Amino acid sequence: MQKYIFKRVITALITLLVITFLLFWLVRIMPGNPFPSERMTDEAIAAKRAEMGLDDPILTQFVRYMKKVLKGDFGKGTSLFNGAPIHTVLNKAIANSFKIGGIAILLGTFVGLVLGIIAALNRDRFWDVFCSVFSILGVCVPSYVFLIFLQYTFAYKTTLLPYFFDSSQFLKSSIIPSLSLSLFTMSTIARFTRNEMIEVMDSDYVLLAEAKGMYGYKLITRHVLRNALIPIVTVLAPLIVDLLTGALVVEKIYGIQGIGKLMVDAISGEGIDYNYVLALGILYSSLYIGIMLVVDLLYGVLDPRIRISAKGGDQ
Amino acid sequence: MTDQDFVLLKDRNIETDTNYASMPYWRGVFKRFFAKKRSVVGLVIVAAILVLALLGPVLSGYTYREITSVVDEETGKEVVARGISPRIPWLHKLLGKEDYTDRFADKTFLFGTDDLGRDLWTRTWYGARVSLLIAFVTIIIDVIIGMTFGLTSGYFGGAVDGTMQRFVEVANSVPRLVIVSVLAIFMPKGIGLVIVALLLTEWIGMSKIARAEMLKIKELEYIFASRTLGAGNFGIIFNDVLPNTVGPIITQVMFSIPTAIFTEAFLSFVGVGIMLPQCSVGSLIEDGFNNITTLPYQIVPPIIVLALLMLGFNFIGDGLREALAPKLEDM
Repeated sequence: MQKYIFKRVITALITLLVITFLLFWLVRIMPGNPFPSERMTDEAIAAKRAEMGLDDPILTQFVRYMKKVLKGDFGKGTSLFNGAPIHTVLNKAIANSFKIGGIAILLGTFVGLVLGIIAALNRDRFWDVFCSVFSILGVCVPSYVFLIFLQYTFAYKTTLLPYFFDSSQFLKSSIIPSLSLSLFTMSTIARFTRNEMIEVMDSDYVLLAEAKGMYGYKLITRHVLRNALIPIVTVLAPLIVDLLTGALVVEKIYGIQGIGKLMVDAISGEGIDYNYVLALGILYSSLYIGIMLVVDLLYGVLDPRIRISAKGGDQ
Repeated sequence: MTDQDFVLLKDRNIETDTNYASMPYWRGVFKRFFAKKRSVVGLVIVAAILVLALLGPVLSGYTYREITSVVDEETGKEVVARGISPRIPWLHKLLGKEDYTDRFADKTFLFGTDDLGRDLWTRTWYGARVSLLIAFVTIIIDVIIGMTFGLTSGYFGGAVDGTMQRFVEVANSVPRLVIVSVLAIFMPKGIGLVIVALLLTEWIGMSKIARAEMLKIKELEYIFASRTLGAGNFGIIFNDVLPNTVGPIITQVMFSIPTAIFTEAFLSFVGVGIMLPQCSVGSLIEDGFNNITTLPYQIVPPIIVLALLMLGFNFIGDGLREALAPKLEDM
């Protein structure tokens, strides 16, 4: 098991390093000049470039940049926020995105699980049909459409909730974005839970347990849920990544200063802010790889079969 | 022994065991696919949208960028059909309501017009056409790239496979958004960017499936036989194995198309996708969102088209998956 964990962690770190380097390299080979060239002579530009170390080999520059990044310093933006240090902007953005995304994940997972379990226990009856219609809707309609709908009904037609995000009344203004973000998670989890539960309930060992006289709550929690829940961990992972990082459109529409909105601002404006693209790229990639790693390891812990096959060597 | 002792077989009533009779593979797939109500519904939805996307803009008599206007006879000024809610004059008359009193009383706008005076029916189907076209083109290229990559990787195995799979692992670990943002640095915003972004991400899933199929198939006897008869690597990969991977790949295509449409919609919404005056489902939703307080009906058609496309392709994909790999109880 230790060897397995070690191997996974090392692979993840190498992957991350490769991606970071690629990002860094791509951003550096961009055509264009980091200085307003009309006002500077060629010599001045050359001097400035040398001072900033832009003429050094790319690897030296990369190592220098990474040393700073590891200390939490991403440099300054080129066009956004008048060149304020990126890490201060980023810290606030991360906090906002993670709060909204976190609520959405908790809400989505909980309601999704409950809905899926109810649907599986009432197979082919009302709740099952409701669950499948709901999950179809949740998967087919993008979250920003729900957001627009909620915003229009609850913030524009009636003024029950704020029209835009306002950090001074966090709870009230996080209802609309969290709810609309959670619907996709909710429907995916609900559908998945239902299918897994039904598969387990049809299995021989549950039949055996029933034959031995076990029924009801005990059967469901001890025998069915335990096995049905394991695979859900794997679907949850990409959903978490999506919610923590990919709430882009939702943040843009609802005016939340999160990392998604930062990314939109960095790439969709007139000038593209390379430093933000780089910093956010690194952030997104590490989150993505990190969560995937955690899930992989967790899955190994939960399901002994994975562990055993990993011990047997590279498969 | 005379001739009478022998009876021709065809004269006797021979019963065939229909339950266990062998059926050609694809006919079985076909039958199982159409036996599910869902798959048929999906197929009908997708077919209907395809037909409307092809014919809708032609039938309306408007074009996607044409601004409808009439010249006022008294003042000689041009009046533009801005923000007209959906109207069908003959239906209106049929219901016995009063005639419209404005200058566009006799014109039909099934979905209304937008804030610039363009017919939304035309724009919606034109947008659907653009979205579908982008999805189809990119997915076809992705299938070619992904299958070649996956089949090669799986076939050769060993060090080749190892290297190629490390590459896939790295490629798969880059969030789509990061790819898009880096692309936005290098490329002008527009259709090209959407297509390249999709090309860079969607082939991975295809290659994984192709590889898995290859690993399964290459151990089978017929491949061994083929090799014994002198088939080369190329021949085995593309003549012997490729045709047998078609099923899972088609299923994956049906799930990739909605992903492509979704991604395109998302990129256009964010402002790095389709550029004006072109439109796609995504950019139409964005337009509708920008005008939601003044023209709330504008956002409805593109959302419904998007949702129906998702639904249709997902249903077809589900149906195909079940039809291709039937469980015993379904047969």
